[in-house]
Amino acid sequence: MNAPFILDRRRLLKGSGALIVSFSLSGAFAQEQNPQGTPPVPKLPGSLEKSPYLDSWIRIDADGGITAFTGKAELGQGFKTAFQQIAAEQLDVPFASLKVITADTKLTANEGFTAGSHSMQDSGTAILHAAAQARQLLITEAARRLDVPAESLRTENGAVVAPDGRKLTYGELVAAEMLHVQAQPSSNLKDPASFKMIGQPIPRVDIRAKVTGGVAYVQDLRLPNMLHARIVRPPSYGAELGECETGAVEKLPGAVKVVRDGNFLAVVAKKEFQAVKAMRALSTAAKWNESAKLPKQDDLAAVLTAMPRKDFAILQRSDASVTGRKTIEAAYTRPYQSHGSIGPSCAVAQFADGAMTVWSHTQGVYPDRAAIAEMLHMPPQSVRVIHTEGSGCYGHNGADDAAADAALIARALPGTPVRVQWMREQEHGWEPYGPAMVTKLKASIGDDGKIADWTFEVFSNTHSMRPGGAGCLLAAQHMAQPFAVPEAKLLPLPEGGGDRNAIPIYTFPNAHVAHRFIPDMPIRISALRSLGAYHNVFSIESFMDELAGLAGADPVEFRLKHLDDSRGREVIEKAAQGFGWQKGQKAPQDRGFGFAFARYKNLAAYCAIASEVEVDRETGRARLVRAVAAVDSGQVVNPDGLSNQIEGAIVQSASWTLYEQVTFDQHRITSIDWQTYPILRFDAVPEKIEVHIINRPGMRFLGSGETGQGPAAAAIANGIANATGKRLRDLPLTRKRIKDAIDA
Amino acid sequence: MMRLKVNGQDHQIDAEPDTPLLYVLRDDLKLNAAKFGCGLGQCGSCTVIIDGKAVLSCVTPMVLLEGKQVTTLEGLGNVSQPAPIQRAFMEEQAAQCGYCIAGMMMRAQALLQRNRKPTDEQIRSELAPHLCRCGTHMRILRAVHRAARLMETAELAPADKRSAQ
Repeated sequence: MNAPFILDRRRLLKGSGALIVSFSLSGAFAQEQNPQGTPPVPKLPGSLEKSPYLDSWIRIDADGGITAFTGKAELGQGFKTAFQQIAAEQLDVPFASLKVITADTKLTANEGFTAGSHSMQDSGTAILHAAAQARQLLITEAARRLDVPAESLRTENGAVVAPDGRKLTYGELVAAEMLHVQAQPSSNLKDPASFKMIGQPIPRVDIRAKVTGGVAYVQDLRLPNMLHARIVRPPSYGAELGECETGAVEKLPGAVKVVRDGNFLAVVAKKEFQAVKAMRALSTAAKWNESAKLPKQDDLAAVLTAMPRKDFAILQRSDASVTGRKTIEAAYTRPYQSHGSIGPSCAVAQFADGAMTVWSHTQGVYPDRAAIAEMLHMPPQSVRVIHTEGSGCYGHNGADDAAADAALIARALPGTPVRVQWMREQEHGWEPYGPAMVTKLKASIGDDGKIADWTFEVFSNTHSMRPGGAGCLLAAQHMAQPFAVPEAKLLPLPEGGGDRNAIPIYTFPNAHVAHRFIPDMPIRISALRSLGAYHNVFSIESFMDELAGLAGADPVEFRLKHLDDSRGREVIEKAAQGFGWQKGQKAPQDRGFGFAFARYKNLAAYCAIASEVEVDRETGRARLVRAVAAVDSGQVVNPDGLSNQIEGAIVQSASWTLYEQVTFDQHRITSIDWQTYPILRFDAVPEKIEVHIINRPGMRFLGSGETGQGPAAAAIANGIANATGKRLRDLPLTRKRIKDAIDA
Repeated sequence: MMRLKVNGQDHQIDAEPDTPLLYVLRDDLKLNAAKFGCGLGQCGSCTVIIDGKAVLSCVTPMVLLEGKQVTTLEGLGNVSQPAPIQRAFMEEQAAQCGYCIAGMMMRAQALLQRNRKPTDEQIRSELAPHLCRCGTHMRILRAVHRAARLMETAELAPADKRSAQ
């Protein structure tokens, strides 16, 4: 029945048939119209473009069981619940009646990395359309069997129902190959006004296990006969392992094996703490020759701006008729910063019958599989990577490296599952950090009080060294036959890497933006939540306040004066209103008000944040007292989940902004635990955070996981400036820097 | 062999005396809630209750625990019969990745057992040893307040009876 059905369906979708009444969502979810009127290139929605078969996304079993598949990894953002809402909504089944399977190279589509706030727009959109199209196929099949027009049928609770009450369940209707068809570019989506599940704050499916001690993380995986391994990492980048007497270590209680491959050193034991003790003994036995020459931390901005680079002009707009009168310039810096996952990276691997299975909290099961296969000289199809949740990662932390560690060790112990967990100092010392950055800004204000010209330069490494091949994995770099670290890649705009959000969303008559890309990476770096957007938005939005000051304008009014984007304007107005922002307002003694706004990547969710910051003038200590955010993320699927993401972004960004920097000396990373890399604790948690959501029913999902990072940083910096009259431009805004500025 | 009472049950543990309690809970007793975060007593993810007090299990060796009563999050309740503190965290959706949450909950439980109506300031001060990287702090605070209210109204609820000593 497959082929003729597709023909019917195509005819229907072209509009020549009249059997299905299509509901149009104002073109918002659907294909963009081609303005020239030429036939549009059929592009499938979201990740359907790359994995077009409906059964890659939705499976319906004969017993009526329904599964939705995503190639994305749940990292604690809660999208697994959101996807379940989307699928249940479009299929007209109860929320609890379907389950969601996440990234697994054996089961799910290849959706690359779970990164860049793309999960909703890629995978959520694919599931939305696949579920809607699956429902339509079921209706068409029911119409054939019941011999009634399809438009007379409705779906309800997992069944297609005829006007006369006859009913066929999805399980009865589904046939083996029914969903093994290619998706169509547009779908009969439900009217947002009729949504029962999309838009509801449905409790997350994973939280119940997490608050009762259920199995929730890869750390909790216990396979039969599983052994525990620990790594002994080199003390610094590039250190060479010399002498290492392992005999005594292998005789320790429970010790099973020492695995050495070049500079890769690990020990396996029966019980976990035995592995820890053996690791300590092995660490003492290992003699390393260190050679690392790390840059001068105190002078990072000078180091970075003097490094070899490639320059790209990414925006050049000129209008000679507009010139400025008053000009200011400033430079802003950001240090290397840690992901700082609370749980050190962990993985379990098993090598059996020539096949390697790895359970990992990687953000990209397919790329990680390719990299591990390359490292082990195995065909990729002999390696399976199964995403299993870990501690929150906020980007590329040690997950992929731990997966490689586990695989390399497991290969040495065929048949036996091996669990590796990093120690705290290994996570802090070896994770790939968020790159240090420098921005230089210059702008002029015209007689009309508006910005006449704007120049922005950003100096940065790449922001992704994800695999990318075996050379991205620590274990592969440390093996006797090592894989070289691949050259840094420029991440292309419009999303960008170091230049993410470097192009201002505001309209300036003259604007020049340059990306000064630094290929060499003296410190190991990769993707940290929001990439370059954190620092670029911090810089732009701080400088906007400096310019507002120069123009004698209110910061909110000044932003609106330069912003054409109507959704952006609404978000700014909403945050200002929620905060009670008043032109000419004055904060209480030792407090300051700050404001900042950005649209993440200039194409994802909009976020504006107003802040109240308190500064202790004696100590210089700054604290975020109150934050009010407004966000437009398109159609909202789970408002509580969205709120949770934004609240978290604000608190996390406050921590980055006020406290955090990776420290190092000539040879070694010296920020190796929570004492040497302090982050925000409860004594600094705000009194209140409010999140106002602007829902856009029927409009496309914009992705919001990273949109808050930049605006939160600038809102805090602007609040400090408002409280103290001093502008701080070097992150983090530590109490010493604030105190020094006050005393200056 | 060492004797250890965990969640009301006696166990004979075959571990070296310097083994931190955390490894015994996770490795020998297959309990998931207490987490390895730092092994240094800096983050709080491994927190359990011992004789009514919140304790960092990653730096507490077995040799100090002979005859003590240990309560982990599993001992408070379960998915079908959650304790007030568990219900409160579910109702407030007070987790993102959730890795730090079990430790937070045990510290909060210990607080609520000795102070049924803590102020916001007392809760913040009590939770100071705990780190959360996702930034779920506002929800965690709300959940602890909610747990206090739930405990007050459900003194005799079955889940509460099983809570720690």
